[in-house]
Amino acid sequence: MRAFDAGWGGAVWKTIGEPIVNVSSRYSSVDWNGQRMMGLNNIELISDRPLDVNLREIAEVKRRYPRHAVIASLMVESKREAWHAIVAQAEDAGADGLELNFGCPHGMSERGMGSAVGQVPEYTEMITAWVKEKARTPVIVKLTPNISDIRVIARAAKRGGADAVSAINTINSITGIDLDTLTPRPNVDGKSSHGGYCGPAVKPIALNMVQQVAADAETAGLPISGIGGIATWKEAAEFILLGCGTVQVCTAAMHYGYRIVEDMVDGLANWMSEKGFSSIEEFRGLSVGRVTEWKHLNLSYKIVAHIDEAKCIGCELCYVACWDGAHQCIHVDRVSGPVNGHVELHATPASVEAVTRASIAVTPIAKLDGSGNGNGTTPLARIPRVDETECVGCNLCSLVCPVEDCITMVEVATGAKAETWAERTAAECARPPTTQH
Amino acid sequence: MASLPEIPEIAARFGDLHPPLTAQAALAEANRCLNCFDAPCMGACPTHIDVPRFIGKIARENLRGSALTILDANVLGASCSRACPVEVLCEGACVLHRYNKKPIEIARLQRFAMDAFHAAGGRLPVKSAEARREKVACIGAGPASLACAAELRQRGFKVTVFERRALPGGLNTYGVAEYKLPARASLEEIELIKALGVEFRYGVEIRTQAELEELEREFDRIFLGVGLGAARRLGIPGDEHRDVIDALEFIARYKTADPPQVTRSVAVIGAGNTAIDAANAARRLGAENVAILYRRSERDMSAFAFEFEHAKQEGVQFQWRVIPVRIHADASGIRSLECAQARVNAAGVLEAVDGTDFHFDCQQILYAIGQSPLLELLSTVRGIELSHGRVVVDRPTGLTSNPKYFAGGDCVNGGREVVDAVADGKRAGVAINQAFEVAHA
Repeated sequence: MRAFDAGWGGAVWKTIGEPIVNVSSRYSSVDWNGQRMMGLNNIELISDRPLDVNLREIAEVKRRYPRHAVIASLMVESKREAWHAIVAQAEDAGADGLELNFGCPHGMSERGMGSAVGQVPEYTEMITAWVKEKARTPVIVKLTPNISDIRVIARAAKRGGADAVSAINTINSITGIDLDTLTPRPNVDGKSSHGGYCGPAVKPIALNMVQQVAADAETAGLPISGIGGIATWKEAAEFILLGCGTVQVCTAAMHYGYRIVEDMVDGLANWMSEKGFSSIEEFRGLSVGRVTEWKHLNLSYKIVAHIDEAKCIGCELCYVACWDGAHQCIHVDRVSGPVNGHVELHATPASVEAVTRASIAVTPIAKLDGSGNGNGTTPLARIPRVDETECVGCNLCSLVCPVEDCITMVEVATGAKAETWAERTAAECARPPTTQH
Repeated sequence: MASLPEIPEIAARFGDLHPPLTAQAALAEANRCLNCFDAPCMGACPTHIDVPRFIGKIARENLRGSALTILDANVLGASCSRACPVEVLCEGACVLHRYNKKPIEIARLQRFAMDAFHAAGGRLPVKSAEARREKVACIGAGPASLACAAELRQRGFKVTVFERRALPGGLNTYGVAEYKLPARASLEEIELIKALGVEFRYGVEIRTQAELEELEREFDRIFLGVGLGAARRLGIPGDEHRDVIDALEFIARYKTADPPQVTRSVAVIGAGNTAIDAANAARRLGAENVAILYRRSERDMSAFAFEFEHAKQEGVQFQWRVIPVRIHADASGIRSLECAQARVNAAGVLEAVDGTDFHFDCQQILYAIGQSPLLELLSTVRGIELSHGRVVVDRPTGLTSNPKYFAGGDCVNGGREVVDAVADGKRAGVAINQAFEVAHA
């Protein structure tokens, strides 16, 4: 109800089913570079509160918020009667829709539920069909990412009659190990268990899977609810651009509370008005077609890195990244004014550092040595230079550069006609075979 | 070695100017570091501490590795983290200045790593397990000699440090403002060098030709880390009064002996960093009215700009273009300092302007107008070349014109920072080691 007050249009209720018990502790996280919870892992099962309490509360929420959508997430043992019963109970309580949790990767799967169902297309199709026999409200099948091809399961859900799919559920994970006790986290009395990974870290995986489902011919048009690392309006927009009609958020609200909702609404609305979109439908799926197979990419397209000298702060991260991790085409060899002697054009990182270590530096005394080290501008000698003839346009330098818009990738005309790998190989096949001698 | 008196009053009045970082704050700050390649901070540090490397190790919670990275370049990394004018060194060179961001707090991160190392009972590593038979003497137990001694001891040499005072550390112990580097912290750091097996002889002043010859007989190489000589006196009538005090002695006294009694009003002559340290100390010790009197203008003072700002915050006043002329005293003590306005005459020389005399009421006068070179000792060493009272050395090695002698620190550079002395001492240590390796090869 806090979420509804904050501005969300609907909620998926924590999965209900037969009573279970949970352990403590339940969560662990991956922190990165001083930021908390880049990724979150849980070994929590479905709701451990009695079914009748959950159902009563669903009814209560629907009574208070009749215009908001409440989706009941369901998981029971793989028996037709059990599913029929829970569907009826949820709908009787007032649920506007049902989400079948075929994704939970821990605990429940050991008991033949959750991802144990979602990893087998036949089970997914069968149980979806059971639910559809009974359900009066839309049925969403929640897909697990712990499979080799998510499209296979999405197709099975569609064959079973699903009205929509949601993706992704959490990813099997061990987040880390306590290096004092040697016990993985979260620690339950000296032991841990595989958990489900979520949060900002999983977004790229989720986007990829959502796009695969959206672009698949067999599931084309099947509504998708996007899940996985959505914390701000930007991620929401990305999932919608890849075809999602709705998005779901959990980790971000667990981290910061429902305060995150306000800017998800505000930021998305501002972006939409800037782009001239008046509804979600106007931009939903616009990026799906922009993802293609590699063989359809234009081989003649060429970009090279360009360093804006005025913005460069001289950290030389691009230099070492290109040298050690890419194509050795960024150099620190600029000089200002006439140089007495040799200028090393392609100095290796080791030799650059050696020069500094061998240098004699003294504490400047303003009176004797002039004023400080002139922090206003970057010395030319510290601004790297891109060898554009060697640059392959990989983007790495622009990714490591800490300064916004300092390194940009600039298109250069190659004069070559656009050609993809598919076109090139097709043309080669079409060519008559050369005579062997 | 003498022990340091416990003086709660000093501890209370000279609390940390830059308090230590908490673990959480250090982690956050360390994570802000961009990890520049060939980092300007490293280049700006006279000892070339690999700053991104030690900060990265803090970020990755490898505190021991972080401290050892610092110590590998600078054996006095703990005191340098507190005493260095980082505003004009590593932090001044931080690229974040050019990105409209606060530079990384390198000094406080360095202190964090070093504090953790000391708290964990860390010891300095040795660089060679081989025991060398060559013996090296270091004259003076200041930062230059300590760095030279540690480097050589870590490589297996027998090293003896001769110090005329009762405590080691030189200006680190006796001269750095207590709110930056407490004498106790300086001594704790030196304990690690002692633990390496460096021998210290206190209360030994090498003065005469005969004493030097004896050293030359006993030791294979001698490192001169003797610093500077006596403070320059004011040279005005009345400057023999007992309340006309050498600012460095004043600082040494409050740091390592009984806190000196300060009077209501104190005049400090000179506008270098020592003058500022003394003026701030006089304020903290209870003087109501402390003024720095300087012959030239604000633009010409040798104190760092941030030290000037700090002194103003401490309540120190500044009077520019003022020449002390005469000290007036009676049986009760100093009454005033007679001064005149100064101007630069046509010949470019500073002179007092006639008829501009005024009296600055004060009961104590601290003078910090520079130190003379230790000519008496240095000219005793045969075959070493001096220039303007400084020992002439080959900068990369510290070798003097007498191959038996190396030198570093203030006696070479005329008076710079602790970190400059450490860099000199380390370079000399490395060079002495190399000299013997070449000899053996």
